[in-house]
Amino acid sequence: MREITLSQAVNEALAEEMRRDPSTFIIGEDVAEAGTPFKILSGLVEEFGTDRVVDTPIAEPGFMGLAVGASMTGTRPIVDLMFGDFIFLVMDQLCNQAAKIHYMSGGKMNAPLVLRTNLGATRRSAAQHSQSLHALVAHIPGLKVALPSSAYEAKGLLKTAIRDDNPVVIFEDKLMYNDKAPVPEEEFLIPFGEANVKRHGTDITLIGTSSMVQVCEKAAKILSAEGISAEVIDPRTIVPLDEETLLASARKTSRVIVVDEGHQSYGVTGEIASRINEKAFYHLDAPVLRMGAMDVPVPFSPALEDITVPTPEGVAENARRLMAGDMFHAA
Amino acid sequence: MSAAKTNTEDYLRMYAQMVRIRTFEDNANQLYLSAKMPGLTHMYSGEEAVAVGICEALRVTDKITSTHRGHGHCVAKGADFKEMFCELLGKEEGYCRGKGGSMHIADQSNGNLGANAIVGGSMGIATGAAFSAKLLGKDDVTVCFFGDGATAQGLMYEVMNMAALWKLPVIYACENNGYSEYTRTDEIAAGTITARAEAFGIEAHQVDGQDVLAVNELTEKLVERTRKGEGPFFIELMTYRYHGHHVGDINREYYRSKEEEKHWKDNRDPITRFRSWLVAEGIASEAEIEAMNADIKSEAAAAVEYALNADYPDAAEVDMHVFTDVKHALA
Repeated sequence: MREITLSQAVNEALAEEMRRDPSTFIIGEDVAEAGTPFKILSGLVEEFGTDRVVDTPIAEPGFMGLAVGASMTGTRPIVDLMFGDFIFLVMDQLCNQAAKIHYMSGGKMNAPLVLRTNLGATRRSAAQHSQSLHALVAHIPGLKVALPSSAYEAKGLLKTAIRDDNPVVIFEDKLMYNDKAPVPEEEFLIPFGEANVKRHGTDITLIGTSSMVQVCEKAAKILSAEGISAEVIDPRTIVPLDEETLLASARKTSRVIVVDEGHQSYGVTGEIASRINEKAFYHLDAPVLRMGAMDVPVPFSPALEDITVPTPEGVAENARRLMAGDMFHAA
Repeated sequence: MSAAKTNTEDYLRMYAQMVRIRTFEDNANQLYLSAKMPGLTHMYSGEEAVAVGICEALRVTDKITSTHRGHGHCVAKGADFKEMFCELLGKEEGYCRGKGGSMHIADQSNGNLGANAIVGGSMGIATGAAFSAKLLGKDDVTVCFFGDGATAQGLMYEVMNMAALWKLPVIYACENNGYSEYTRTDEIAAGTITARAEAFGIEAHQVDGQDVLAVNELTEKLVERTRKGEGPFFIELMTYRYHGHHVGDINREYYRSKEEEKHWKDNRDPITRFRSWLVAEGIASEAEIEAMNADIKSEAAAAVEYALNADYPDAAEVDMHVFTDVKHALA
């Protein structure tokens, strides 16, 4: 199978869906001729014109609000939010308006929009361009949240997101834009709410999201060399969440680590860990462990930044401790 | 008074619509005072000429966005009393199946995209509805209603900038009732409000919001020009709110005097003024007007009675309409 970058996968998904549905349009800062700072959208304005690839002023709440209204009246906006950190700027329009309109109107209106943005630290971009804020929106009923872990997922999930009649927020890991993965030439979609078992194992389950899937896969290789068989699962969407696949694995292996790049406190890792504790407690041989980003603003210095996010070595070390069972006795 | 509508039927409908709004609000206030309505609500009484003068210049397919003080817009755009009172009382047959209430009442069948409980929150939505119309090649116009208080929100300037840059078919209608919640407008608004729109090159008008014919005449002209692609436009409508910020805001002499309220009611009431004009012009007799008023009163009384006896939604509805494609989100 051919291999393309995550950036190319996103570009292909957008082009295919925009050809398929003339009511779709892209809106955001520097999306047209510039193709975004990451050059993800290059070529789209040439094919679809400036009516459908719309450069905006630097006004995130404004174009987000505009997208909400457009989505309620017959078009399908695909909003480009240059950095995930800017999601704080669009919170009212996303969470108070888009997320609630279907419910507040008793099912009579809806907001079929996609908010494409990114997450991920270790790009030396400091505290306001490095956050992984997907837990914030996953907390709000009415929003679906997708976290692609490779070019393949980026394409399949984005196509599904664009066709979804609900507001969907999709976070791409900005460090993975140039990473290649096999992506079929023929059309495919990845349904929401279906986790992907990336690697089968019997001793411990490693649940990873976004780029943490690669971290878990690397940890699984390290562990394999030591005779520990790790299963790696990528939920792919956290809303909806494929609880069944996660629980089935937890019941099978009896040990689980959840790895996510959002801050550890009050985050995705805690939510998934809790669901496993509540629904698979008697199958567990150890507490479900959370591994999120350190609860500090993302620092600039490489010496500091690199230690704030989970690493394969860190995941492997925690897996060994869970297997040994020696970490749960309070002194 | 100037003459915009030119036939008797139109004049009488405008009068009836203003009386319907006043009557609706009198009933809603009574429901609150007698503790039959959950929560509280914001009365539109005194501002009827604004909603009616504008909405009478619109087609059913034209869109409006409304505010927390939104009953007037809803009635003026064509809504029925029965569904409105049901919504205010949280009943199943309400416009939003009781899920929105007074502050989120919407009637998409008549182009009302909904009231909004975030001050200024619908400015993006209105601008987006106009964007949709343009992209889809429709000649629908959107009117964005908001109060003087909302002019302090940054979103307004972001979306007016985009609307002006892209010549979107939207009319921003600022209902200046002199008070931003419990504070005089001159204490929260520097400079003039129309100058803010003019800064973006948007043609701005100020009109007497107590003169329904003046409002209608101006709006008819601006709507026609907006349909031809000459928008956006901005109107500041000078009006007055008879009640407090909400129905529970009874003792309000710390921010405005009873004399001031009496002056507006005695000398500038939009319904009294239009009624005198209708009689003076020989369009309706006092007797005919009294008969209209009585009909509207009984229509409202019947709707209130119906709503009081209507069913609440079944508890099973609580997790419906969270997503379009999931019947029960928590099942």
